Parts: sequence; C-alpha cells; structure tokens
Amino acid sequence: MNTSQMLFWFLTALSILSALMMVTSRNPVHSVLWLILVFFSISGHYILMNAQFLAVVNMIVYAGAIMVLFLFVIMLMNTKADAEPRHANRMRLAGTLAGGSLLLVLVAALRETELRGISLEGPEGDIGLVARLGSILFTEYVVPFELSSVLFLSAMVGAVIIGRKN
Amino acid sequence: MPINHYLFLSLALFSIGVAGVLARRNALIVFMCIELMLNAVNLLLVAFSRMHNAAAVALDPASTVGAEAQILVFFIMVVAAAEVTVGLAIIVMMYRNIHSVDINFLNRLKH
Repeated sequence: MNTSQMLFWFLTALSILSALMMVTSRNPVHSVLWLILVFFSISGHYILMNAQFLAVVNMIVYAGAIMVLFLFVIMLMNTKADAEPRHANRMRLAGTLAGGSLLLVLVAALRETELRGISLEGPEGDIGLVARLGSILFTEYVVPFELSSVLFLSAMVGAVIIGRKN
Repeated sequence: MPINHYLFLSLALFSIGVAGVLARRNALIVFMCIELMLNAVNLLLVAFSRMHNAAAVALDPASTVGAEAQILVFFIMVVAAAEVTVGLAIIVMMYRNIHSVDINFLNRLKH
C-alpha cells in the first residue's frame, strides 16, 4: 500500500465518520464543525486527484465562507441544544432506513458497472491548475461566467429583501 | 485508486445526506445535509474528470480532456453559494416570524 492509497483510505474514513457525526450530533454548532471537517477531507481528495484549483476553492468557499455564514446564523438565533426539535423515534428510524436503502440500491446497481477497476492513477495532466482552468473559463465558458455574476447580484438583492424587517 | 472506490464514497456521502434530510427537523441541519449532497456529487464529477484525463494524457500530454467537469464543479460551487445566501435569509425570516427552526411548523404555509 503506497502513500496515496493510505491517504485515500484515511480521507475516506474521515469524511464518512464526520458526515455521520454531522447528521447525528444534537448541537447545531457541532454539526457545522463536523461539516467543515467533511469539506476539508473532500478537498484532500481533490488534491489526490490532481484538482488543486478546486481543492483551494472548496476550502475557501465552502469551509471558509459558507460555513462561517451558517455559524453566524446559528449565533444570531441563539437556539438551545436541549430545545432542539426532534422527530419521534419512529420517524427518525424511517428516515435512516430510507437513506440506507437508497445506498443499498445504488451500490447493488453500480457494483458490476463497466467502469469497475479503471484506475485513476496514471500520467498527470495540468487541467487542475489555475492557468489552464482559467484560460478555458475565460474563453469557452465566458458567457456562463458572466451570467453567474448576475446570479450573485440577484441572490444578494433577494437575501437583503427577504431578510429585512418589515 | 480504482474509480469505483470514489463512486461508492460519494454514494455513501449522498445517502448520509438523504438520511439526514429525512431524519432531522432542524431546518439548518437539513440545509447542511443538502450541502453535503452537493459536495458528494462534486467529488464524483472530479473523479470522472480525473479518469478521462488520465486516459487522454497518456496519449497526448497537452490534452485538456476532463477540464469541462472541473468547470462544471466550479459553477456548482457558484450556484451553491448563491443558494446558501437566499436559503439562510429565508431561515432567518422564518425564525423571526415563528421563533423556531422546526420544519414541522412550515405546514402553516398551506393555510
């Protein structure tokens, strides 16, 4: 087992464990912190797959900006962990069973897929680097890129309008 | 690593997100589970991008096959960031009106 395989299994265990802790922990602040750990381990997977730009963007946008926004909202609400709304045990069991059966069906359907065994290891290109992705983004995909700025503007205006006091 | 390891990893993360959406009542945690599902899909897209790129670079070292998937992941992140701002504004407004983040109270929308 070489280093990248060891890193893969470590990051996989870390991401699945933190995702489980995120779903099961009672306190929303703990959930946010576990989710940040999931995002960091997914960034590690991106680095292993030679997608450095996406790893950094994932860390800055998700683990940095979005999760801090969540923490601010939780602080603003000042909810108590013991007043946390919970489903009846029956409903939680049903939700867990539904998620588990979805996993079971998907794994059973994809277990014998044609892609099985194709290795991701091989010669490493430079498509994950900022220079290459940036030149593709600003030549072939420049219209969607500019449209996303309009999307951001409308999201910003929408958030302000929804969030203001009447 | 073989591609199916990444396939099963992102399936596991996606299913944990689905189970969380169904089993939790706190609107914030439901929202975080949706973010987790988005990230599981992103991980799978990057894995497929790497798979195609490794095959193409073996033939032509300057190949850009697979870069489209990474651009797509970038746009998914952009849309997710916009979605989070609006979604959190809606949750804050809901908390201000009903003093709770319990999604069971949202059945009041129907009358």
